[in-house]
Amino acid sequence: MNLTLRVWRQAGADAPGRFETYPAEGIPPEASFLEMLDIVNERLERNGAEPIAFDHDCREGICGSCGVMIDGVPHGPQLGTATCQLHMRRFDEGDTVVVEPWRAAGFPVVRDLMVDRSAFDRIIEAGGYISVSTGSAPDANEIPVPKDAADAAMDAAACIGCGACVAACPNSAAQLFTAAKLVHLNLLPQGQAERDRRTVAMVDTMESFFGSCTNHGECETACPKGISIDTIALMNRDYLKARLSDRRLLGRS
Amino acid sequence: MTATQPKPRTSRPGLLGIYRSDLGKKYAMAISGVFLLLFVFAHMVGNLHAFEGPEQINHYGEALRELGEPLLPRTMLLWVGLRIPLAIALAVHVHAAYALTLTNLRARSGSYDGRNYLAAGYASRTMRWTGVITLLFLAWHLADFTWGIKTVNPDYVRGDVYGNLIASLERWPVFALYLMAMGALGLHVWHGAWSLFQSLGINNPRFNAYRRIFAIVFATIVTGGFVTVPIAVQLGIIG
Repeated sequence: MNLTLRVWRQAGADAPGRFETYPAEGIPPEASFLEMLDIVNERLERNGAEPIAFDHDCREGICGSCGVMIDGVPHGPQLGTATCQLHMRRFDEGDTVVVEPWRAAGFPVVRDLMVDRSAFDRIIEAGGYISVSTGSAPDANEIPVPKDAADAAMDAAACIGCGACVAACPNSAAQLFTAAKLVHLNLLPQGQAERDRRTVAMVDTMESFFGSCTNHGECETACPKGISIDTIALMNRDYLKARLSDRRLLGRS
Repeated sequence: MTATQPKPRTSRPGLLGIYRSDLGKKYAMAISGVFLLLFVFAHMVGNLHAFEGPEQINHYGEALRELGEPLLPRTMLLWVGLRIPLAIALAVHVHAAYALTLTNLRARSGSYDGRNYLAAGYASRTMRWTGVITLLFLAWHLADFTWGIKTVNPDYVRGDVYGNLIASLERWPVFALYLMAMGALGLHVWHGAWSLFQSLGINNPRFNAYRRIFAIVFATIVTGGFVTVPIAVQLGIIG
């Protein structure tokens, strides 16, 4: 396959960026999008040019490292998959493909297509955990969890933290990521004791980096794991409840 | 803003403390939005009295001023029960929208080359514009029919609702303005009447599908009901 790439090149966080056009010729259709970038990079290196920097790790859609804007859609035209699972057979011979990094103030560009997603780590640090010891894997079965709660929590836990939701959002909001993490823990019995504290801490941290939700629904469509915006409604409900009740003063007045 | 330096936490107790957060502003948007939706619906239904003729709609106008009489003085309930709460709801709605818009613009860093929207509709992406258009229209509308400012409606006669609306809507630029404004309001409600459920966390698989249907039906009924009066004036059905 012969394609043309229009790729965002930026030497560093504070360097000005620009689009560069590269030919991507003789690409096997069975190559993944990242393998296509590898091929292009090998040729760039052979010609003494800087290869295009991009994040990647597992290349099987479970780590959340990869993720670029492809033709104006996060993770490209194939919905429900990460960039690494997108194959070149999805494109047509002679296509011009525009490749850009996630764009959000909370995700500053590190280099080319790589962005700094540590704002997500700050949100997780604020409350994306359960403080009590829940034992090792077999002990998980000690506390029975109703099937529907377990299923809903598992669906939310499918979030790989890739940042496509933020990239897709016209407001650069991280609502879907934060809601997925909250719903994952808030639906489980182990997560109940810290539910209010967790919700307030994670939402407040989210708001210090990202925009706010206007219910476009772009994030849900962009999510490679198909996480529903229903989780955002649950987060909104939990946050209101948490702010109206204050457990710190419960029974002490 | 870099990814490693969050701004200080702003969580404070009390209702104002909740409003300081972005989610709090969304709750305020939704709750004030519900109140404004109820108002536009009641306003639309009230307008239909115009089809009954001058006596009925003028009497309806007077009845609004006499609400609560003889228990309360004339126009008291209209002011305390409707106008002031509506003005507050509108102020909250506009302030929250303004503050959130600033937050959202700050959160962005440039736009994409050839952005492809997959889910966001026309109505949701134009909320800011339809909101501003509706607000500007409201100023005109009040000058036209409530305050009776002569430059806006030269033939205004206080208390003659029927005569005033004919005098105003007969003029085709005014007619066009009303149709455009109602289009903007319709689009705003189309997204807003759905969005408010999400913002308030009213989400249940049992009725989720109906939320969108409700918003579309509500927007259609309100816009449809509102535009019948100007159209009827232009066609000579009213007048």
